[in-house]
Amino acid sequence: MSVPAEKKEKVSVPFDYNKYLRPNKLPHIWCPGCGHGIVLKAMLRAIDKTGFDKNDICVISGIGCSSRTPGYVDFNTLHTLHGRALSFATGVKFANPKLKVIVVTGDGDALAIGGNHFIHTCRRNIDLTVLVFTNATYGMTGGQYSPTTPMGSQATTSRYGSIEPPFDACEMAKASGASFVARGTAYHTLELEKTIHEAIMHKGTSVVDIIDACPTYFGRANKFKSATHMMEVIEKDGTVNVKQADKLPPEKLEGKFLRGVLHKIEKPEYCEQYESIVMEKAKAK
Amino acid sequence: MADAAKKLPNIVINEKFCKGCSICVDFCPTDVLEMRGTCVAVKNLEACTRCQLCDLRCPDFAIQVFD
Ligand SMILES: Cc1ncc(C[n+]2csc(CCOP(=O)(O)OP(=O)(O)O)c2C)c(N)n1
Ligand code: SF4
Ligand code: SF4
Ligand code: SF4
Ligand SMILES: [Mg+2]
Repeated sequence: MSVPAEKKEKVSVPFDYNKYLRPNKLPHIWCPGCGHGIVLKAMLRAIDKTGFDKNDICVISGIGCSSRTPGYVDFNTLHTLHGRALSFATGVKFANPKLKVIVVTGDGDALAIGGNHFIHTCRRNIDLTVLVFTNATYGMTGGQYSPTTPMGSQATTSRYGSIEPPFDACEMAKASGASFVARGTAYHTLELEKTIHEAIMHKGTSVVDIIDACPTYFGRANKFKSATHMMEVIEKDGTVNVKQADKLPPEKLEGKFLRGVLHKIEKPEYCEQYESIVMEKAKAK
Repeated sequence: MADAAKKLPNIVINEKFCKGCSICVDFCPTDVLEMRGTCVAVKNLEACTRCQLCDLRCPDFAIQVFD
C-alpha cells in the first residue's frame, strides 16, 4: 500500500453545485460557451461561502437569457417581467427585510428597459445584491445592440457598427447612490466569487457589473473565433484589477474596464430607515 | 517505485451536459484535455495538476476533478 505517498498529494475537492441546483431543470438552455453558466457557478460558490440557509435567500430576475438563472437554482426564486426585476425585488425585500435578495439581470434588462428602476434602486440604497450579466447584447431576442455595446461593434441592429456611446453600469450605480459597486468577469471566476460574496455581505444596494460572453450573437457578429477568444480579448485583456491600476501608466489603462470593488461606503439603508420611522411613530402613540 | 505510487486524479465528465465549447481544453495549463467530436475527453491524465480551472470555467457543470 502506498498510503504515505498519496497523503502528500494536494487534496482537491470540487465544489458540490448540486446542493443548490434543481437537477430536473438541467442541462440549462444556454448556448455552448455562453458566459452566463460560468457566472451562475461563481454566484453559487459565493452564496455557499456566506453560510446563509437556502430558505433565507431569494433570487429574482427579469427577462433575458441571463434572467433564466432563477429557474435552475434551489432557493426562493422569482422570474418576473422584462426590466422589472428590481421592482419585484424591492417589494420582496421591503415585505421580508430578513431575506437576502439577489437580483440576476442582463445588461438590457437592467440598463435599457429597466434603467429607471436601476437608478432609483441605487438612490434608495435598499439592501439588494444586483448582478448585471453584461454581454453587450440582447442575447435572448437575437443579438440587438444593448446599452453596453461598444461603439463600432456589430449587432443585428447596427450593421455598420453601433454609433451609440455605451453606459458604464458602475459609474451609473455610483452616481445614483449605490453604496457598493464592483466589477468582475466570467474569466476571472475566483475573483468574481469573492466579489459577489462581498456584495452579498454588504448592507445597502450592491451592484456587480459582470462582463461575460455571448458567443452566439456578439461573438459571431464581431468575428470572434470562439468563446475562449472572447474571454481572452474582452475579459482578460480588456480589464485591469483596480489594485493594479495605480501602478500602471495611463496608456496601459486606455479602453480597459476596472475590476474589483470600485466603491464601498456606509450609508443609511432603506428598509432600516422605514423601520425606524415606524418604531418612532408607534412610540409616540 | 515513487512513480507507481503516484495517485492520478479522477476527471469526471458528464457527457450529457458537455456542449463542446472547448473552454476547458483551451484554458487547461498542462494540455490534459482534448475535444473528441462535440465532447471533451481526457488526453493526458498524468499531466493534470488538479488546478480545477477546467471546472471553474466550464459553463455547463460538465467536468469536475476529484483527487
Ligand atoms: C416588455 C418587453 N419588451 C421586450 C421584450 C423582449 N425581450 C426579451 S429579452 C430582451 C433583452 C434581453 O437582453 P439582456 O437583458 O441583456 O439579457 P441577455 O439575453 O443578453 O442575457 C428583450 C428585449 C420582453 N420580453 N418584454
Ligand atoms: S444567445 Fe447569447 S446570451 Fe443567450 S444563451 Fe446564447 S450565448 Fe448566451
Ligand atoms: S484540473 Fe487543471 S490541469 Fe487538470 S484537467 Fe483541469 S485544467 Fe487541466
Ligand atoms: S467547458 Fe464544459 S461544456 Fe465546454 S467543452 Fe469543457 S466540459 Fe464541455
Ligand atoms: Mg445582455
